[in-house]
Amino acid sequence: MPRHLSILIPRPIVLDPRHSCLRRSLSCEECRMRCLLSTVAESIHEPVKPSISISLTKLLIDGKFVDAASGKRFPTIDPRTEEVIAHVAEGDEEDVNRAVKAACKAFDKGPWPKMTAYERSKILIRFADLIDEHSDEIATLESLDSGKPYEQSRNIEVPMVARLFRYYAGWADKIHGLTVPADGAYSVQTLHEPIGVAGQIIPWNFPLLMFAWKVGPALACGNTIVLKTAEQTPLSALLAGKLLHDAGLPEGVLNIVSGFGPTAGAAIASHMDIDKLAFTGSTEVGKIVSRAAAESNLKPVTLELGGKSPFIITEDSDIDQAVELSHFALFFNQGQCCCAGSRTYVHESIYDEFLEKAKARALKRVVGDPFQNGVEQGPQISDEQFHKIMGYIKKGQEEGAKLVTGGERFGRKGYYIKPTIFADVQDEMTILKEEIFGPVQSITKYKTIPEVIQRANASPYGLAAGVFTKNIDTANTLSRALRVGTVWVNCFDVFDAAIPFGGYKMSGHGREKGVYSLNNYLQVKAVVTSIKDPAWL
Amino acid sequence: MAMLRAATRLSRAFRTNSIFESHASPLSLSSVKRLDLRCLLSTAAEAVAEPIKPDISISLTKLLIDGKFVDAASGKTFPTIDPRTEEIIAHVAEGDVEDVNRAVKAARRAFDKGPWPKMTPYERSKILLRFADLIDKHSDELATLESLDSGKTYQQSRYAEIPTMARLFRYYAGWADKIHGLTVPADGPHSVQILHEPIGVAGQIIPWNFPLLMFSWKVGPALACGNTIVLKTAEQTPLSALLAGKLLYEAGLPEGVLNIISGYGHTAGAAISSHMDIDKLAFTGSTEVGKIVSQAAAASNLKPVTLELGGKSPFIIAEDANIDHAVEVAHFALFFNQGQCCCAGSRTFVHESIYDEFLEKAKARALKRVVGDPFQNGVEQGPQVSDEQFDKVLGYIKIGQEEGARLLTGGDRFGQKGYYIKPTIFADVQDGMRISREEIFGPVQAITKYKTLSEVIQRANDTTYGLAAGVFSKNIDTVNTLSRALRVGTVWVNCYDVFDAAIPFGGYKMSGHGREKGIYSLNNYLQVKAVVTSIKDPAWL
Repeated sequence: MPRHLSILIPRPIVLDPRHSCLRRSLSCEECRMRCLLSTVAESIHEPVKPSISISLTKLLIDGKFVDAASGKRFPTIDPRTEEVIAHVAEGDEEDVNRAVKAACKAFDKGPWPKMTAYERSKILIRFADLIDEHSDEIATLESLDSGKPYEQSRNIEVPMVARLFRYYAGWADKIHGLTVPADGAYSVQTLHEPIGVAGQIIPWNFPLLMFAWKVGPALACGNTIVLKTAEQTPLSALLAGKLLHDAGLPEGVLNIVSGFGPTAGAAIASHMDIDKLAFTGSTEVGKIVSRAAAESNLKPVTLELGGKSPFIITEDSDIDQAVELSHFALFFNQGQCCCAGSRTYVHESIYDEFLEKAKARALKRVVGDPFQNGVEQGPQISDEQFHKIMGYIKKGQEEGAKLVTGGERFGRKGYYIKPTIFADVQDEMTILKEEIFGPVQSITKYKTIPEVIQRANASPYGLAAGVFTKNIDTANTLSRALRVGTVWVNCFDVFDAAIPFGGYKMSGHGREKGVYSLNNYLQVKAVVTSIKDPAWL
Repeated sequence: MAMLRAATRLSRAFRTNSIFESHASPLSLSSVKRLDLRCLLSTAAEAVAEPIKPDISISLTKLLIDGKFVDAASGKTFPTIDPRTEEIIAHVAEGDVEDVNRAVKAARRAFDKGPWPKMTPYERSKILLRFADLIDKHSDELATLESLDSGKTYQQSRYAEIPTMARLFRYYAGWADKIHGLTVPADGPHSVQILHEPIGVAGQIIPWNFPLLMFSWKVGPALACGNTIVLKTAEQTPLSALLAGKLLYEAGLPEGVLNIISGYGHTAGAAISSHMDIDKLAFTGSTEVGKIVSQAAAASNLKPVTLELGGKSPFIIAEDANIDHAVEVAHFALFFNQGQCCCAGSRTFVHESIYDEFLEKAKARALKRVVGDPFQNGVEQGPQVSDEQFDKVLGYIKIGQEEGARLLTGGDRFGQKGYYIKPTIFADVQDGMRISREEIFGPVQAITKYKTLSEVIQRANDTTYGLAAGVFSKNIDTVNTLSRALRVGTVWVNCYDVFDAAIPFGGYKMSGHGREKGIYSLNNYLQVKAVVTSIKDPAWL
């Protein structure tokens, strides 16, 4: 979900329709080179050894890196090699309690919420500068731990993290309440106050971006934080946490607990001293944390959950562009995006040509070591995800979808999967209903706009949609009718800091990014004062 | 919860009918004369006179589904009780799962096919305005039903609550055509607009203490935003909402947009909370049930939930306060609506330097409180809403005595029939006592002493609730310090229970999620959609 993923796509695509280059900067020569790396069925070369030493593996509590109370550690795995990168302190309930204590103290005693908003904003801006300064290191950790291409981490995601923090630094001193017209002799003001201690649970697909979406607005609003990273990707957030403290964050304001959902995550969701919960992950776990929050102290919950987002291509579309964009919408980040365009609806009049070109594009997709230049697709995050996706591919075949390309693992080591396309997918098939979270594109045919609206909305999810058309009436009709939190028209995965993101229906509650995310971290207090002898009302 | 603008309205609007004036701030000392009249009606230990028979016939007792009044699918009915007499007012259709399903189907169709969300906001606003006019026209009837079913005083229903209801609907009618989204500066060649869309079918569960006001807080913003509704009333007070629903249809509401189910929480309420086709839930009631409905919402389709729950709101009187005025407002903050307010000022913190004088005057004021038939002019306090509540409140009074709080006045039932309780005051209440920690929801004031500002802040915040607070002081520093430090959704300074339509209301901590009233309530009924369009050759970014 990077910031202009559209940057990753040739933009404007129309300038060079013959090429499906991923980056504008790539010359044709590089394109040819990429073919050398591409999905031919050979194994990958020796993995590139990135030059980095892993120094931060402990929990970050009260401004210090500390071991888990239990002394336990868990391994984090390189998805390219299936080997251990490092052993990381494994946080559990007792560590969460320590972290909450530190966060409560930092909130109740200060200085964080008692500093001026301007001082808070300067710390966030300094942090953004430090991110820029440490881009290489942060990006290396991110790709090593998650398997995403280094170029994506280094040139897209890490700059977006800095951009997000500068954005929310700018909000810190612009959190206005209202004065309110009263029906009588009262002076009424609303104060927008920090909530207190925010518990935040982030996923593995965009570890640093999710860190930024959660931590940025929470800090800008003056809250303190207990953050749990995903057990698959604990490394980059620890470095980010260190840099935030280097930037001047007071002790205890941000606490990071590495660990597992059923232990550390559950402790956060049900903690009686955490005032707010924000969770990004699956709908299934979203239900569990919501219930835990309701059962414990009724902390309000922001949820950013699963999706099965439609990508609708109308008959008037430029097919080459549509192929490229829908390819990107699904395959980006190894298909591991909650908003992946995972139901590709193609108008029947262009269906056959589209299929052929989509297949050609998938065949050209460069799969390989994410640290190699020009690679578009690295391994899936983990053994578990790898098997889950392979299971869906099998299911697709069993249920009678037409396998157009791919369908099996890539190479013999690492969690690599060949870019896979199913055609003639029917609405009731599992692969068109459930979130696959992998490089599997499902293409289906439609006839009319009302039909595709009905089919696109027939899902418990409502995260995002892509609309591809030159016709303004079609674009406007679809934009209103689709019950989703984001509609991308002739683009996809545009993730500017100012654009709110979140789901309708079972894709979540609340919005992240933009001005909307501030609401997640603010309480509203009405102060009503009796006034004597008012000059006006 | 909603004492509508009790303070203002009682003081300003009722100057001619000034029996209410003493509730108001500033307290008019001229009210002393009227006290004589009150004494005639007041809490002397005699039985209430024969109950007044209000001139009304109960014609609406069925469920309102898809624009029609219909029987429950089961054919069952339940009795609704007059709390003055403990006798049955009427038998009302008892909605259950199947009726909720029918109502959701109607609401779903009204949303998905229209015309409601496809009408212009201007058209929607005109229907809401016409409804407000009909409320004004039927004030007497609405107020009579409200008081008969709930036991609240008729003067309060008729002159404070019903006008507040009309005011609320005019307020949200005005919002209907002002629901703006944003255009957003992009980091590249994209045009970004944010649409604020209706969520869909809203499930709304309202309580018995302010049936029509809670109807307004919930229905007003939901309709202004273009949603359709399945509303469940409290089983204690089903009557007034049915008339309001009928009037809304007379005002032009399309069929199926508002569906009203009378019934119980564990049947109809549970069906709404866990329904897979309801897109949003709003609940007002106890924290205990708030947890249950939240979990049901999460376990079913993760519908977002607005909660307006319990409270144990502090009322803090600083040493510089005018004692007479403070006594009156603190009295009003607790005893208003028979003490049945979620934001009742139920922990009265008095500075030690004025404590003894305050106690004496608070007792005198409680003794003067006029208890009696809510249909009688001049009565300030009617019966509690039900047998169950009556027993619960008396149970807390017993607990207070057992735990060693000093009973200053009251402490037992009033009269022999009906759920009347004498205005009761406990003094020297300690923080650990249950009457200082749990919501009593009755006419029981708990008074306690404090020394310093930092001490009272710590004690006031030492609760799982965070709904509201009263601050009584002339010192601007004291007021500003307390206003920020108290972790509550509303701080009333030198006033209490001011419930203007534009003022948001809701809780910190376990008092709830979200805000009702004001612009903030619109968020509860809107989805946010970002529409991002690639633009060619932009003239500017």
